Amino acid sequence: MSETANEPLLEASELTKSYGSVEALRGASFEVRAGEVVALIGDNGAGKSTLVKCLSGVEQQDSGEIFFEGERVRMDTPTAARKLGIETVYQDLAVAPELDPAANLFLGRELRLPGFLGRLGMLDKRAMRKRASQEFARLGVTLQSIDVPIGSLSGGQRQSVAVARSVVWASKVVFMDEPTAALGVVQRERVLNVIRKVRDQGMAVVLISHNMPEVLAVADRVEVLRLGKRVARFTAADATLEDLVGAMTGALTQEDAA
Amino acid sequence: MTTDESTVDTNGVHTIERQSLRTRLLTANTFWIGLVLLGLVIVFSVLAPDAFPTVFTAQTLLIETAVLLVLAVGMTFVIITGGIDLSVGSVLIFAGMVSAKTMEAMSPNGNALNAGWDVILVGLVVAIAGGTAWGFLNGFLIAVAKIPPLIVTLGTLGAALGAASLINNGSDIRTVPTELRNTLGYGTSFGGIPNLVLVAVVITAVAAWLLHTTRFGRHTYAVGSNAEAARRSGIGVTRHLTLVYLLTGLLAGVAGFMSLAYYGSTTISAHATDNLNAIAAVVMGGTSLFGGIGSVLGTVIGVFIPAVLKKGFNIVGVQDFWQMIAVGAVLIAAVWFDQQRRRARNRL
Repeated sequence: MSETANEPLLEASELTKSYGSVEALRGASFEVRAGEVVALIGDNGAGKSTLVKCLSGVEQQDSGEIFFEGERVRMDTPTAARKLGIETVYQDLAVAPELDPAANLFLGRELRLPGFLGRLGMLDKRAMRKRASQEFARLGVTLQSIDVPIGSLSGGQRQSVAVARSVVWASKVVFMDEPTAALGVVQRERVLNVIRKVRDQGMAVVLISHNMPEVLAVADRVEVLRLGKRVARFTAADATLEDLVGAMTGALTQEDAA
Repeated sequence: MTTDESTVDTNGVHTIERQSLRTRLLTANTFWIGLVLLGLVIVFSVLAPDAFPTVFTAQTLLIETAVLLVLAVGMTFVIITGGIDLSVGSVLIFAGMVSAKTMEAMSPNGNALNAGWDVILVGLVVAIAGGTAWGFLNGFLIAVAKIPPLIVTLGTLGAALGAASLINNGSDIRTVPTELRNTLGYGTSFGGIPNLVLVAVVITAVAAWLLHTTRFGRHTYAVGSNAEAARRSGIGVTRHLTLVYLLTGLLAGVAGFMSLAYYGSTTISAHATDNLNAIAAVVMGGTSLFGGIGSVLGTVIGVFIPAVLKKGFNIVGVQDFWQMIAVGAVLIAAVWFDQQRRRARNRL
């Protein structure tokens, strides 16, 4: 690892965000480095999803700053975040159920035919199907066929496709909001393996999860949000379940965490 | 690489197979509704072998459906996005009205009957512009102002009809250029194919190409399937929805011009149920009112089922009120079928 690995790849500083009278974030900070899995945990309403939305361009913070590779950035749209190499797997399965897995993988990034027909907007469906089935195979996503609507797949397969979509396109950071929530034991393990694989390729992975054993199993570090602020940071190897739960509920606070 | 895509690729990675052609065919709504149409044609041909399967019947059938087909093709895009457009019939009338009024204004004594092609072309441009303007208004109110499509297009249904009526104090304009009527309205090409039908066929083919092979079409499905997923994937949903309604308005403008050429009048009172006929055709053709599913081919079949029923009943001597009942039944059955399929899928 070079010395740049110790610099945060993506850093949020003192973000605030209100929805009407509800303060979702009250000066939340966060950081993740390349090649590590950071678990972002917190009780319901702690602001995890809002923080991820701000960091992936879906929402804009009211105040506070976001730094990417040391530079201050503005993320007005999901597209702006994606241009930086940041991808997100959403909790509520952001897939198009009537489209097939290949179409979902390439949603918003459709390959076009070469030449004049491509300039007219014609899709290269064959190339997309081929690339999609290779990527799914590489990531261990098993599907019976590549052209059934994704809505007819099981919840686990759907989620696997959603995870694969983010991982395939991300080059720097992947956010995963409860990626294993709907999964069975085998599929959960498979997703966790994908997470490790992605981390080993040097990407930063931010995992939001309610499943504490899972967090301790896969994360390198843990950051804890409570009432819209960061209240604790742990190295996963040194943390216990009690530490995490204590930080989430407010029984344990670290002075320097915020 | 020329090898079959369902085998092992160069990296030794197994790729995932496509469904067999047979499976894809049997699960397609279009296939079944196509069989229904085929069945109807066969039944009427057997019942009236001298009158039904004739060139003349085919010609009149095609001419009578040409205008509706153009409306229904536009409606297909809208319904695939999960929306609806009730205003197409009124927009058609408005487009015909501004077009006819413009052609009159450009002609001596306000009589466009002897107008030449220069005037007719201006009339065409005006009709398309008029339709597109209403389409844009629909799209803007639905995509940008986020008002439900049902309400927006119910509003423009009345507004466009009102505006059309204001232009000529509520009466029809009947001085449509004879040249236009003789060519687009009644003319034929390639040994008997009505020009009106040719125009509709070309528009339908281009629309099918746009919907099924281009990125615009793919995004139309994506917006209807899950607008939030489309937005998060970087698709400009607002812009896309606006364009889809604009396209439908544009096609209603073209249909208005075709109607003008065919009827030789602005036919203010003749299009009150065009919107419902177009919606029924689209839905019968297997396009889902919930969005994300549909095809232009299905719409073509959906347009022809009521037309064949009507023509067939006329020829066989059954009162054509039965056609209305039969179409209603087919429509409800088609939607029921769609819902069953969705439920079966979501149970998994």
